[in-house]
Amino acid sequence: MELAAKDQGGAVVVSVKGKVDTATAPEFGKYLSEQTDKAAKTLIVSMSGLDYISSAGLRVILAAAKKMKEKQLDFILAGLEGDVKNVFRIAGFLSLFKVADTEESALKQI
Amino acid sequence: MTGELFSQIQLPAKLEYLGIFIASVKDAAEKYGFARTRISEIELAAEEILVNIFNYAYQNAETGCVQVITGTDGNRRFFIEISDTGIPFNMLQADPPDLTSDISLRKIGGLGVFLARELINDISYYREDNKNILKIRV
Repeated sequence: MELAAKDQGGAVVVSVKGKVDTATAPEFGKYLSEQTDKAAKTLIVSMSGLDYISSAGLRVILAAAKKMKEKQLDFILAGLEGDVKNVFRIAGFLSLFKVADTEESALKQI
Repeated sequence: MTGELFSQIQLPAKLEYLGIFIASVKDAAEKYGFARTRISEIELAAEEILVNIFNYAYQNAETGCVQVITGTDGNRRFFIEISDTGIPFNMLQADPPDLTSDISLRKIGGLGVFLARELINDISYYREDNKNILKIRV
């Protein structure tokens, strides 16, 4: 799992790559929580490089989204593809969150 | 026609061994010849079931082991059998997760077994010789 964050156009963009499973999810959770604290307007989670996610990773995403909602700030999932997108769909997450095809289109939404 | 055994491992029911369990399941699924997407779905189902066992099977006692057997049955169908010697527990009877489409109200949790069952239709539970046995047939 690789994690990175940047400020772009007033948004915090977190990119997560590789594999988020039960073993790596706690590190992802800690990182995302820190970035959620920093976000003043919008948090975009870019997942185009994500190969695998299990329910532990979904819980991290949901916790971050709840936190952003409490702060009345925007939360967008970007770059979902293939097998990973299918997991989000089954979990009902695609109708739960704002979703953008790419990081660029997410930035245009804000 | 008899089945074929691909792998059989037994390790403590701890998260630190998840990677080894999953590697054995993935190797077996690759050997069987599943497509990449199906292998990823099998991996996810196995992870969710294993983690459930790690968290619940031995909560009232010293941590025991989990055994994972992979292979094909007499009809050349792929199977994974995951067993533990913990308290009798059928995770397939767990309450369905909260799929409410409201972020603030939606509860965190209960998703793992749900995902496994959505991805793999044929998962069954039985108790035999003081073991909980989950059999995944793909």
